[in-house]
Amino acid sequence: MKKSVFFGSVALAALVAGAASASTLDDVKARGQLICGSNPGLTGFAAPDANGVYQGFDVAVCKAVAAAVLGDPMKVKYVPLTGETRFTALASGEVDVLVRNSTWTFSRDTELALDFVAVNYYDGQGFMVNKSLGVSSAKELDGATICVQTGTTTEMNLADFFKANNMTYTPVNIADDAEGQQKFAAGACDSYTTDASGLASSRATLPNAADIVILPEIISKEPLGPVVRHGDNNWGDIVRWSFYALVAAEEYGVTKANLEEVAATTQNPEIRRLLGLEGDMGKKIGLDNDFAKRAILASGNYGEVFEANIGASTSIGLARGLNAQWTQGGLMYAPPFR
Amino acid sequence: MSETSFVRTEMLAPKPAPVSQVGAIKWMRENLFSGPLNTALTILGVLATVWLVQAAAPWLLHGVWNANSLSECRAIIAAAHGPEATGACWAVIRVRWNQFLFGFYPVDQYWRLFVTFAGLFLALAPVLFDALPRKLLWGALLYPLVAFWLLWGGPIWGPVAVLAGFVILGLLFTALAPKLGVPVSAGVGLVAAALFWLYAAAPIEAALQSALPFALSEVDSDQFGGFLLALVIGVSAIVLSLPLGILLALGRQSDMLIVKSLSVGVIEFVRGVPLITLLFTASLLLQYFLPPGTSFDLILRVVILVTLFAAAYIAEVIRGGLAALPRGQYEAADALGLDYWQAQRLIIMPQALKISIPGIVSSFIGLFKDTTLVAFVGLFDPLKGISNVVRSDMAWKGTYWEPYIFVAVIFFLFNFSMSRYSMYLERKLKRDHR
Repeated sequence: MKKSVFFGSVALAALVAGAASASTLDDVKARGQLICGSNPGLTGFAAPDANGVYQGFDVAVCKAVAAAVLGDPMKVKYVPLTGETRFTALASGEVDVLVRNSTWTFSRDTELALDFVAVNYYDGQGFMVNKSLGVSSAKELDGATICVQTGTTTEMNLADFFKANNMTYTPVNIADDAEGQQKFAAGACDSYTTDASGLASSRATLPNAADIVILPEIISKEPLGPVVRHGDNNWGDIVRWSFYALVAAEEYGVTKANLEEVAATTQNPEIRRLLGLEGDMGKKIGLDNDFAKRAILASGNYGEVFEANIGASTSIGLARGLNAQWTQGGLMYAPPFR
Repeated sequence: MSETSFVRTEMLAPKPAPVSQVGAIKWMRENLFSGPLNTALTILGVLATVWLVQAAAPWLLHGVWNANSLSECRAIIAAAHGPEATGACWAVIRVRWNQFLFGFYPVDQYWRLFVTFAGLFLALAPVLFDALPRKLLWGALLYPLVAFWLLWGGPIWGPVAVLAGFVILGLLFTALAPKLGVPVSAGVGLVAAALFWLYAAAPIEAALQSALPFALSEVDSDQFGGFLLALVIGVSAIVLSLPLGILLALGRQSDMLIVKSLSVGVIEFVRGVPLITLLFTASLLLQYFLPPGTSFDLILRVVILVTLFAAAYIAEVIRGGLAALPRGQYEAADALGLDYWQAQRLIIMPQALKISIPGIVSSFIGLFKDTTLVAFVGLFDPLKGISNVVRSDMAWKGTYWEPYIFVAVIFFLFNFSMSRYSMYLERKLKRDHR
């Protein structure tokens, strides 16, 4: 009841804000800067580095959109948002786009009046245990103590999973990821549960990483993606297709390095449309035809962004898994540029 | 004939006092083992201390300062103390200390922070210590504008225009106060200054800037973080909330219905809601009330609401001081023919504030620590915000206690000095002879 009142007021405010501002694209162009809602610090996805410059997998989406719209991937102002403030900040117009590892759910999409324009990372909740526990499946965790972040969907997913499998557990409540990692390392809980991407980075930094395994079960669907407000569909299209340009580029083998060369030689009509050599793709969303080219040049195609920030070559070492191209058995599937 | 002496002629040599009544043993008997309960507590206390030291000492002693990542720290500790040893990785502080202190402020502009910080003490000195010449107080009044310019940069003429507004306010007030009284002349001055800021300040500023360009490079608010942010919010809120709190306390005591009910309303409303609520208001709700497209600096919004919050508490603390004054003091002021503001300034406030010092300083210390709550609205406070940023770097992910300990030590230094100063002030202002 309280929740629906809150959502209702956020939605109402979103309507007011939506009616008040004409077009996000015009606002961004007039400002000369994209305002991107970002995570204040999530390993690999978004965080200011030692020089205060934002880096990460989510940040690359912001850069691609800024490059597509403004021609310069650096013309982004990152507004760090907490879990509590992110959707209201987007609804009130404080940010143009929210790329903050936010899960696409029914109520967020409808009740909060937001549009999830794409999915840039398919995550899911997993479990991490010490090998000495002798457990090889999450279904063997009956009676375990489990470190879980309070007040999150993680906590609810955990309860659902154990109920569905007729098992019991003792929760050890933690406030944030740092505490979870510390408690797990100190042996305060048998298992630590959070999103699999977070587990991978936590595991990599544990002193006894070789003794820790991430169990195969993924107990929830967490499609994370960029979010825009309801009511400005053209802006949603711009964010969506700037992102899909990165995915398509990987599919067609267009990288940051070979882009100019491909553009000069390719005869493939789909690539030619993607790179703005044929058709008027950019014009249809209020940009110029080179928008996708600039988006790709910002930090490379989807695969390059993945490898540079969270992939197997980084210390986080995430496998592509669900986030591989559809041709490789993953879910990354850009609709045709036509 | 011999006389039997029944009275001793020579004195016995004094014996040493019983062992149980002198020195360390006496002290221990009196202070540590004076009864079964105290003995038990002493033993428990000693055990707890030993356990704590045993747990923490190796970790502290194995601390590593020179490393470039947590795994390097672990390797060094394992090499020096064996594979099972644990140790503190202070290297995270050595590498990232500047972010804990200054957030993301441009490194080549750090001198501005040092000047501002040194200036803070210069400006505070005449306020805190009355042995210094009173003329220095004018410097203290100028300081906020200078500090604002140094911290955020931009053309110098912006702060100058703001200052001009205050000069107008001051001139009108001194000219009109004898004729119209304090409240009316203050109101007229405020309206005039506001008109000046709204309509005249911007063109004057632009004209001066084109004639005499003099500017520091601009630093954006989102580059503020760490203790710089905590100090900016804490010091501005402390400085602004004291006068506001005094006014609210006086308003609450006033006989005028509207003034009184407004003051009571503000105090009770602001004290009745948690600070987090006000911070969310600052960060989220205010945006809805402002015309779309205006972006009103988040730090400024937070400072305003934290000031309001602190002022409500200060008002109640000062009301306590006012209530402690005997009725005779008010009557004496009236008998001397002083008007309301003279009586407040010369007789009531000096005594009421003196009584309230511990409460005021407690509020200030609490306020300074509460600045860490701004992490919840996405600002980079030193405790959670910056620690989180540092830990999101794979090199330092997994450090847990080190950032907390570092931040706690710095907070302690600030708050302990505030507390010592308030004790000094109380001793100095002590007028009663007990």
